[in-house]
Amino acid sequence: MSLSSIFSQFLAIVAALLLAPLLMGWVNQWRAWFGNRSGAGLLQPYRMLHKLFHKESVVAESASPLFRFAPYVIFGCMLLASAIVPTLSTDLPLAPAADAIALVGLFALARIFISLAAMDIGTAFGTLGARREMLIGFLAEPALLTVLFTASLIGQSTSLSTIVETLAHKQFAIHPSLAFAGIAFTFVSFAENARVPVDNPATHLELTMIHEALILEYSGRHLALIEWAAALKLFAYSCIGLALFFPWGIAEAQAPLAMLFALPALVFKLATGGFLLALIETLSAKMRIFRVPEFLATAFLLAVIGMLTHILLGA
Amino acid sequence: MKIASLDLAVHRLPTPFPLLHGEVRVSEWSAAALAIAEAHGRLVSLWGRDDRRGESGHFVMSAVYALTGGTLVWLDLPLLSREESYPGLADIYPYVIRQQRAVADLLGLAATGESEEHADSRPWLAHGAWSADYFPLRREAGERTSGEWPSASDYPFVAVAGDGVHEIAVGPVHAGIIEPGHFRFSVVGEKVLRLEQRLGYVHKGIDQRFQSLPASEGYRLAGRVSGDSTVACAWAYCMALEAAWKLPVPPRAVWLRALLLERERIANHLGDLGALGNDAAFAFGLAQFMRLKEDWLRLNKALFGHRYLMDVVVPGGIAGDIDANGIEGLLAQCVAIEAGIRELHDIYDEHAGLQDRFLTTGRVTTEQAMALGLTGLAGRASGIARDVRLNFPAPPYTELEFTLACKSGGDVAARVAVRFDEVFESLRLIRQILRRLPSGMVREELPSLLENERPGGIGAGWIEGWRGEIFVALTLAPGNRIARCHCHDPSWQNWPVLEHAVIGNIVPDFPLINKSFNLSYSGHDR
Repeated sequence: MSLSSIFSQFLAIVAALLLAPLLMGWVNQWRAWFGNRSGAGLLQPYRMLHKLFHKESVVAESASPLFRFAPYVIFGCMLLASAIVPTLSTDLPLAPAADAIALVGLFALARIFISLAAMDIGTAFGTLGARREMLIGFLAEPALLTVLFTASLIGQSTSLSTIVETLAHKQFAIHPSLAFAGIAFTFVSFAENARVPVDNPATHLELTMIHEALILEYSGRHLALIEWAAALKLFAYSCIGLALFFPWGIAEAQAPLAMLFALPALVFKLATGGFLLALIETLSAKMRIFRVPEFLATAFLLAVIGMLTHILLGA
Repeated sequence: MKIASLDLAVHRLPTPFPLLHGEVRVSEWSAAALAIAEAHGRLVSLWGRDDRRGESGHFVMSAVYALTGGTLVWLDLPLLSREESYPGLADIYPYVIRQQRAVADLLGLAATGESEEHADSRPWLAHGAWSADYFPLRREAGERTSGEWPSASDYPFVAVAGDGVHEIAVGPVHAGIIEPGHFRFSVVGEKVLRLEQRLGYVHKGIDQRFQSLPASEGYRLAGRVSGDSTVACAWAYCMALEAAWKLPVPPRAVWLRALLLERERIANHLGDLGALGNDAAFAFGLAQFMRLKEDWLRLNKALFGHRYLMDVVVPGGIAGDIDANGIEGLLAQCVAIEAGIRELHDIYDEHAGLQDRFLTTGRVTTEQAMALGLTGLAGRASGIARDVRLNFPAPPYTELEFTLACKSGGDVAARVAVRFDEVFESLRLIRQILRRLPSGMVREELPSLLENERPGGIGAGWIEGWRGEIFVALTLAPGNRIARCHCHDPSWQNWPVLEHAVIGNIVPDFPLINKSFNLSYSGHDR
């Protein structure tokens, strides 16, 4: 393990921690602008985290220790996920710790803990949210896996770094299979990150919530960790998408200086992605919860078509 | 006089709409209710008052019915020999149950003789804030008694049994900034089997407060029963007072009152249309409609001194007049707002995601609506073509061209469509009013009778507010005093319908259904 690879790993983690709330702020700012509102500013998520970390954590009397340590587990999962996704460089010492399949497992682990914590309190909303979260999870994960399989087949490896290196080298090769996979991945990202049209991150209606219902009972530093984890999750998903479908600009192991270019490239790609996310959210209404299975089944179908295209046509 | 098929001793009160008033005996009370129901009339409101004076007098129960011919009938039932019960009407009009429970809480009069299905002796407005033997509307209510204080937490909800059925308790404190109310859902998975409401958390003792106010000042309190219907309720109060004291109202004031009422309707519809979009996560709709509503409210403030038009309608007329510039401004705003609303109407209509959420959600069929006494805007969305402005026309609506907005779908989409249609219709009414506004003064001075020489009397007001029919019954004591003022909000009829509308829908659709009715907590709890 060289010094430069340790440095690139460190940089990737710092970039994830700092850029994730900024991405959230960017999306919210554009949502506000699209609605003809002035918005709270790009730095609002940082102010929110600062406020929450300085507030007291109120914990329900009926809470078990699980409720207290779940936020740390969730935050840890999301941080690790962000660390192994090639964002700036493919030279990541942590990457062998988890391949694409284990990455899905990491997200699932976080989901299980957040759902258990929600049910632990015993309120109706927590259980309601946990049930809906599981409904979405079990439909979204197969689609996500199939997308990653398609990319793995192209890259001949389940390691994200290898996949990205392979894809980045085939600069002008167009993969129809990846086009299908890309659309499927976009669908899954909306569902997994609790965005409109699947969930509404801005809602105050406790009966319609999915993600917000899970975390209704959290406050103070626990809530701060969960909010930060949610931002990291959006960041990680965006970076997976960028790495698989727009891998250009990510530095490779033998070119540490390319990192200088990798950061602005990443920021530019994230900014474009965030803009498109806000645009789609503004134009959509939230769908009925029982339309979500149809939505995710479509995603799964597209992912399978993508994989078949690759296997049968080699495209 | 013959009422439905019954001969009753009633006489016409000097109200701008046809209102008959009379006293009945116990036997006639139920017979009248039945006869009116058979003639397709309906119960509007039920309340009671304490008419005891030392050793004389009694409790009086009152009911107001709307007959199909466009007449209201107000029947008083004196409970002779100080009885504390009266024949209940819930077997004939199931939607009166909550009003009867409220009478029991506030006045201690029990409804009797009803079938088991409709008898309900649980408290409704009483939440343990006063002792069980204390009745706020009784004359002796000044002295607090020291009886047992009931606990608000052991309220017996109706339980649904079955495999996999569980309850979701929502409120009274909600995650958003809205009024308090408790909703108890019995659900299987996401499907709602039953909803039971528990209201009364914003009971403010308004009926009791009225009795300590001078009658000439009561309009201010009436305008605060439900803040979003302040014009409608204050107008109904003033109508009642003007009828009781036989005050003339200048024509210009009457026309301006209608202008204010229509402006209030539009302001509320704009807010609701935006909120309905927002509840389906279409925040764009909320932002646009709130912008239009804000312009609307600012002009209210500029011309009438209050954004929501509180205290503008006063006994004898209107506080403040508008000049030619004001009329120009109002007309110009109609043009500007209408263009904006038409654009948003198209966006809502053509938005597939939004329409998917609205259509078939929270359906109330016409039969259900008739049986449950659904009124107002929600009634018109379920095919009940009733509107006080049309069926009980009082000036200036007698002279205005008016088309009723009515849909038969009964779902959220129909309630949205009725709101859009009513906004356009109200804009048309406002233009007619402004073009034909009579000249003259806007406020008749109250007659210079000495305070203590003012006669007693009764009067009533009946107004189509934006939510539905608002009825005010006013009983005056001699000398500018209020003996009893009863403000009836249409939410009394419509809240129970919401319980039916949500059955069979999924839990996350409830906020949308609820918002499409947008009923008043404050006006109901009083």
